[in-house]
Amino acid sequence: MDKKRTLIDVIADSKFIHTILSILIGFLVGAVFLAIMKIPVGEAYGMLFKSIFSNTKNLSYCIVYGTPYIVVGLSVAFSFRTGVFNIGAEGQFVIGSMAACVTGILLGSLPKILLIPLCFLAAAAAGAVWGVIVGFLKNKWGINEVLSMIMFNWIAFYLSNFIADFPAIHNEGTAEATRTVSDNARTLLPAGLIEKLNLCPTANWGILVAIILTVVVYFIIEKTTLGYELKAVGFNKSAADYGGISVNRSILTALAISGALAGLGGALQLLGMGGRVSIFTAQEGFGFAGIVVALIGVSQPFGVLLAGLFYGALTYGGGKLNLVKAPTQVVDIIVGTVVFFIAISSVFGAIRYLKKSPQKGGSKS
Amino acid sequence: MNMKKISAVILAASMVLGMMPMAAVADEAPESIKVGMVTDAGGINDQSFNQSAWEGLEALAEENDAIEVNYLESATDADYAANIQTFIDEGYDLIICGGFMLAGATREAAEANPDQKFAIVDDASNADLENVACLMFSQEQASYLVGVVAGMMTKSNKIGYVQGQVTDTMNLFGYGYIAGAQSVNPDIEVMQFNVNSFTDAATASAGATDMITNGADVIYHAAGGSGAGVIQACVDNDIYAIGVDTDQSYLAPETVITSAMKRVDIAVTSITEGVLEGEFAGGVHQYSLEDGGVDIAPTQDLLPDDVIAAVEAAKESILSGDVVVPTTAEECPDFVLE
Repeated sequence: MDKKRTLIDVIADSKFIHTILSILIGFLVGAVFLAIMKIPVGEAYGMLFKSIFSNTKNLSYCIVYGTPYIVVGLSVAFSFRTGVFNIGAEGQFVIGSMAACVTGILLGSLPKILLIPLCFLAAAAAGAVWGVIVGFLKNKWGINEVLSMIMFNWIAFYLSNFIADFPAIHNEGTAEATRTVSDNARTLLPAGLIEKLNLCPTANWGILVAIILTVVVYFIIEKTTLGYELKAVGFNKSAADYGGISVNRSILTALAISGALAGLGGALQLLGMGGRVSIFTAQEGFGFAGIVVALIGVSQPFGVLLAGLFYGALTYGGGKLNLVKAPTQVVDIIVGTVVFFIAISSVFGAIRYLKKSPQKGGSKS
Repeated sequence: MNMKKISAVILAASMVLGMMPMAAVADEAPESIKVGMVTDAGGINDQSFNQSAWEGLEALAEENDAIEVNYLESATDADYAANIQTFIDEGYDLIICGGFMLAGATREAAEANPDQKFAIVDDASNADLENVACLMFSQEQASYLVGVVAGMMTKSNKIGYVQGQVTDTMNLFGYGYIAGAQSVNPDIEVMQFNVNSFTDAATASAGATDMITNGADVIYHAAGGSGAGVIQACVDNDIYAIGVDTDQSYLAPETVITSAMKRVDIAVTSITEGVLEGEFAGGVHQYSLEDGGVDIAPTQDLLPDDVIAAVEAAKESILSGDVVVPTTAEECPDFVLE
C-alpha cells in the first residue's frame, strides 16, 4: 500500500483506539448534559474521578464492583463470538447467585476449601442448565432463543423470590432477603490485610477468578478445536454443518458455557459483595450490564476484562455524584453514548470503503 | 511484581492523592451538620417512605442553613453497605437508612463505627445499639381510623384489604384496618389479598377486581407501588378506595376517599433537629397519632359528617387509651393472610 494511512483508517483498523475514542465522546456528551443542567462539569467529573482513584479503599470498591461485570461480560461476549445472543445472562446470573446462596447457607459448616468451590460449582451448573434449556427449545422446536431467554429471565426472577421465601433460606430478621451465607463461603480477604491496605470491607479475591476466567475464555475461543467449531457455527451455520460440525450440539455447548459464566458471575457477586440475595422487586440488571460490558470490550476476553473494570468504576463512582448534587444518571448517559459509538464502528469502515471504492472497489487494507 | 511492591505502589498512590477525613462526633451542639440518606432499592422517587423522608429533609435544609442534606441511591442489595461507607468516609454527622432492608448493613456499619450516628426507618432489630435510632410507626393506628371509614361507608357490608407482603411490620396495617372496621360494623366481612410484591400493579388489580366481583365496595391497600392497581380497579368499577403512606387522593380524587398516612418526613426531621441540638438517643423511637407520626389524611371531602365525627371519636379513644389497636395476630383473629 503506497497510500498514507488516514485517521479514518486508524480508527477503522484499531478497535482499541476506536473504543478509547468512544469513551472520550461519552464523557463529552455527559459533560454537555451536565452543562445543560447548569451543573459545574469540573466539579461533577472531579467527584467522579476522586470517588474512583482517591485512595485504595475507593479503588478496591471499583474492583469489587467490576468483578461480576467482567464475568457476565465474558458470558455475553462468548455468546456473541459463537453466534447466539445471550440476552438471558440476567436470568443465569440470578439463578447462579441463588444456587451459590443455597449452597452457602445449607452446607455452611463445611470448611472454606470445600465450600467455596462447591458454591462456584453449583452456580456454574445452575447457569449452564438455564442456558441449555433455552438451547434445547431452540434445537427441538426452533423456538427463537432471544424470546425464550427473556422469559427465562423472569422465571429465574420469580424462582429466586420463591426459594428465598423458604423458612430454611429466608432471613431470620425482618429483611426481605435470604440469610447471609456462612462466613466459610465468603471470598473476602483477611480482615487484617483489608485494614493494613485500607481496602473496602468487601474486598475479595473474586477478581483473581475473573482474570483466570478471562484467560480460560480466551484460550477456549482462540486455541481449541471446540472454540474453532463454535466460532464456525457463529459465522455461518450452513457452512459449518457442511464442514461436518454438529450445529445443534455446538449451540448447546455455547449456551452451556455462556450460562455457566453468567452463573459464576452471580456467585462472585454473592460470595464477594452481597452475602445474601434479596427478594427482588425489580431486576437488578447484572445480565444487561454484561451486554454493555461485552459491547465495550468488543467481545474480546481481555477487552471485556478492562471494560468490566471500567463499568464497575463508573457504577461505583457515579453513585456518589449526588454528593455534589449532580444526577447519578449522568453515568448512564456516558455509558449509553460509549456503546452507541462502539456499535457504529462499522460506519468508519463504510466511510473508508466509500472513499476508496471509486479506484479499488473495497480491497482490504 | 511481588506483593510488597504492589502494596508499596498502592500506599504511595494513596498518600499522593490524600485520604478522606475521618468522621468526628461532638457531644455539644454542633454549629452545622451534614445528614446523608441511603435509600433502599426502591430509589428516591418511590412515592413511599424514601421519597417522603427525602422531601422532609430537603424542606428542613431549605429553611435551616446549618443543615446540609444529601442522598445516595442503592441499585441493588449489595449497594447498601458501600453507600453507608461513603457517608462515613465523607464525615456525615447522621446517616439515615431508608427501610428495614438496610437493617443488616446498618448493624455492621454501626458496630464498626460506634461514634457514628445512624437512624433507620421501619426497623427495630438494631434497637440494642446506642448509636442507632430506630424510627418505628404505629401504622395500625392510622389503619384503624381508615378501617372506621370503610366500615361506615360500605353498603354491602363487605370491604377489601390488599397488602404488599406478609411481614410483621406490614401485618400491622391489616390488624388496625380490620379492628377499626369491626368497631363500627360488627357484621362486616373483610376480604384480604396478598400481592407478595410492592411493584406488581397488575396482580394487585386482579386481586382487587376479584373482591369487587364478590361484593366489596371499599378497598384499602397497603401495597406500595402495587397499590396503583388497586386504585385503578376501584376507579374502573366505581367503588371507593383508601390510600396509604401519603395522601393519595391526587391519584383519583373521586375514588380515593381518604388515606392512612405515615409521616416518615416528621420522624427524620425530628431526629435531624435533635442531632443539631446535640441530642441523640439510640433505641426505638415510636411515632404515633400522638405526635402526628401517623394520621388519617386531611382529604376527607367525600366523607359524610357522621363518618368524620366517628373518625375523630376513634382518634380520641386511641389517644386516651380507651381503645388499644391490636398489634399481633392473636389479637386480630380475622386477619387471614400468611
